[in-house]
Amino acid sequence: MWNWLHKLGSPPWFYRMTGNWLPWIGAAAALLLGVGVTWGLLFAPQDYQQGHTVRIMYIHVPAAILAQSAYMMLAGAGIVVLVWRVRLADMFAEACAPVGASMTLVALFTGSIWGKPTWGTYWEWDARLTSVLILLFLYVGMIALRAAIREAEAAARACAILAVVGMVNIPIIKYSVEWWNTLHQPASFSVTEKPAMPPEMWLPLLPCLFGLYLFFFYVVLQRTRTTALRRERRKQWARAEICRQLEVPGAV
Amino acid sequence: MQADGMVRPSLTRALGAQLRRDLLLVFRHPQDVVNPLAFLVMVTTLFPLAVTPEPSRLAEIAPGVIWVGALLATLLSLDNLFRGDADDGSLELLLLAPHALYFLVLGRALAHWLTVALPLAVCAPLLGYLLSLAPAAMGALFLALLIGTPILSLVGAIGAALLAGVQRGGVLLFLLVLPLFVPVLVFGAGAVSAAQQGLDYSGQLAILGALLALAVTLSPFATGAALRITLS
Repeated sequence: MWNWLHKLGSPPWFYRMTGNWLPWIGAAAALLLGVGVTWGLLFAPQDYQQGHTVRIMYIHVPAAILAQSAYMMLAGAGIVVLVWRVRLADMFAEACAPVGASMTLVALFTGSIWGKPTWGTYWEWDARLTSVLILLFLYVGMIALRAAIREAEAAARACAILAVVGMVNIPIIKYSVEWWNTLHQPASFSVTEKPAMPPEMWLPLLPCLFGLYLFFFYVVLQRTRTTALRRERRKQWARAEICRQLEVPGAV
Repeated sequence: MQADGMVRPSLTRALGAQLRRDLLLVFRHPQDVVNPLAFLVMVTTLFPLAVTPEPSRLAEIAPGVIWVGALLATLLSLDNLFRGDADDGSLELLLLAPHALYFLVLGRALAHWLTVALPLAVCAPLLGYLLSLAPAAMGALFLALLIGTPILSLVGAIGAALLAGVQRGGVLLFLLVLPLFVPVLVFGAGAVSAAQQGLDYSGQLAILGALLALAVTLSPFATGAALRITLS
């Protein structure tokens, strides 16, 4: 078990293994997303009040779940960086942050498209919307911090600290925003209290959710691989790998 | 006398010396106190000009305006919290001191609060008067700022420490720290609004107190870790 973890932390091993896994992950993601989106957009019943707009849910809900869980992964990677100083965890974090931010953006965007016909407005200062917006700000700060610090090792640990601080703060921010909203205006609607959905409506959500998760991992692992290759370009394994991919006779 | 023959000052003496140094630096350089205050006053003045001079509407936005102003004023001053020390090398001495970094960082945040945030809290009721804030809310404004601003100093210190080695970290500090200030803003401005409507605001102050307790216990660790990175 520890041995396996140790191997997972080594960039060459990671690069080789994910190279084998990636096509499978990508194919599974494409399959699940294809099934889920087709099912959700074409065959699932429409809502009796919202009509076809409800179908945005099949993209919106998985994106929103991923937006939050990507931050948790960032914080998890941050703890690994701070405690065990695993370089690979930081490469993962670097790859993860922009993808998580774009998932947050997708969740906000699809949410506001859904909000226009349903609530009559693209944006409402609802507790949930606001806390997702603040989550986006946390991602932006993280990406900006990494860009600002030149030295890779210092950037890794600074981002790790910021991720852990952010993780401690996310629940506080979430509850304070909920409290704020109930004070200032009575919630005219709630995303949390869904009407009891029939199974034929929520079942397509499952392939969409797992598909998007796999897609997320596909993209993040791909980015992690590129980051690993870029950061370790002076090391032998990376040179050999680059030569192999460029089909240059091994000039190591 | 320790076993190695070195005389080490006690923690209280070390903290006292550090606090004295920080305060002395500020008194030699009073701009550090005056600038955030002037910033808050000017920002507050802009709102009647931009929104409306009508007292009833000003009173409505007053809690938010003063809180946002105070928050930004605190943030502006945070940028220099560790930068000067990182530049002239005294940060190394701070990290090499035989005492837990936790207390030294706490002392620095305390000095920042005393010199920047406390004057803001004291002047805030005056600004509240300018914005026709209900007299009943003045006490709430002062108390909320008194409890809330140390959280800003402590949490902001994490960001300042992360950026101590980065040149021109000014805007970046805002990006890093502002999302973390949201709870303080919500409950701080919430307490003042509640007081203005004649409601009980002890709940908001209690939550601010809880956040302060959390910030005092946890944030100096993060700040200390960030300082070590800056110097590594």
